[in-house]
Amino acid sequence: MTATLFDALSLLGHFDHRLLDIVGLSLRVSLSALLIGALIGLPLGAWLAVASFPGRPLVNVGLNALMGLPSVVVGVLVYLALSRSGPLGSYGLLFSPAAMIVAQSLLVVPLIAAVTRQIVEDAWKEYAPELSLIGISRRQAVALLLTDCRFSLSVATLAGLGRAMSEVGAVMIVGGNIDGYTRVMTTAIALETSKGDLALSIALGLVLMTIILGLNVAAYVLRCWATRRYG
Amino acid sequence: MFPLQVSGLRFAPEGRTVLDGLNLELSGEGISVILGPNGSGKTLLLRLLAGLLPPDAGTMLWGAAAQPDGRLAMVFQQPMLLRMSVFTNVEFALRPQTMSSSERRQRSSEVLERVGLAHRARDCARLLSGGERQRLALARAWAMRPRLLLLDEPTASLDPSATEAVERIIREIRTEGAKVLMTTHNLGQATRLADDIIFLADGRVQEHESAQRFFARPQSPAARAYMQGELPWRIAFDR
Repeated sequence: MTATLFDALSLLGHFDHRLLDIVGLSLRVSLSALLIGALIGLPLGAWLAVASFPGRPLVNVGLNALMGLPSVVVGVLVYLALSRSGPLGSYGLLFSPAAMIVAQSLLVVPLIAAVTRQIVEDAWKEYAPELSLIGISRRQAVALLLTDCRFSLSVATLAGLGRAMSEVGAVMIVGGNIDGYTRVMTTAIALETSKGDLALSIALGLVLMTIILGLNVAAYVLRCWATRRYG
Repeated sequence: MFPLQVSGLRFAPEGRTVLDGLNLELSGEGISVILGPNGSGKTLLLRLLAGLLPPDAGTMLWGAAAQPDGRLAMVFQQPMLLRMSVFTNVEFALRPQTMSSSERRQRSSEVLERVGLAHRARDCARLLSGGERQRLALARAWAMRPRLLLLDEPTASLDPSATEAVERIIREIRTEGAKVLMTTHNLGQATRLADDIIFLADGRVQEHESAQRFFARPQSPAARAYMQGELPWRIAFDR
């Protein structure tokens, strides 16, 4: 066990190129999914927070339920959509990083949208009387509230990145875990552990844990700074 | 927009009657102060006039129209402040109006200068003191150039110097032609500011008099009791 841990630290210390490739691809895929998730989830959540339409509570419940969507289910759905006989099969995206980005985006969008809706709705309840008297339109309110809640929302967005990075089922199904092409940290950990190469698994696990911990530290520091700076 | 005529206004949320057939006529000049015990519906009346709540019954006539044709602004007891700069907290309120961004910036700077907050324009609004927050909220309302300004206890929990600063701004807004309708529990403030007093109790206007006459001799028993600091209900201390 000690020797395995030593090997893992050695891989990290020597910047093993295989390990770096896997970490690099993981970051590219998850950050791309986060960008797409934020671009869709933030305005969608804010709009749901200020909009009023029949069936809104049902939509909110549905969105909250999608936060817990099993990643393997998303993986299967994306697989069906991107497979040759699927509606998007002609694009030839299956078993590519693009397919993994699509799958992770589908996991991240509901999470960011649901958390955004809750945060913005709380602010909207507080601000609505004054904003409506001022004559702010719903569209202006969405932009204003997203700006006002930007620090809380950045924490929500970081949570989305955590969800994307730690996900394994969907990227395994739609990416295929192809060495040097679609192998990311989580799928590599699963594979290497089953093969008995625990050193690489532990090294990747340490990197993943460090990134997740780093995100949480960043979120905490951002929140403290924002409270001091903006009240 | 004026005179504003309120007839038979009733508001009874969840069956609890707060305003019960309230009648009121307001002219378009001066400062009218609403007095009354806690729970008499002062804030509620402001919110109904602002259109933030629908009445259960009654009519409001703004001149000859059902809706106010002039601009209406309201400053709340706890004003909303965005997590943005003091300047932006004024400027954003002008965005719905048809004016260029340079006009917006100029008017925002002007009102901040007039309320004594120009030097804090770049600071975050949420870091202001209580008195500065109220001045900022007044600046935002003032920038909108309202014909009617509704103020809900604008100096509650402020110290005397902050209160004096807020009162000075209210007088200036009045001088510029806005009608001011405000609530307060501060009788000294009502004496200093009010042109007329609207005394509210039991869901109705019990008295609407010039401030001078009201403070010299309140007519209604409820107003007399309020002025003497008597409770509008009885507490059984002895058993």
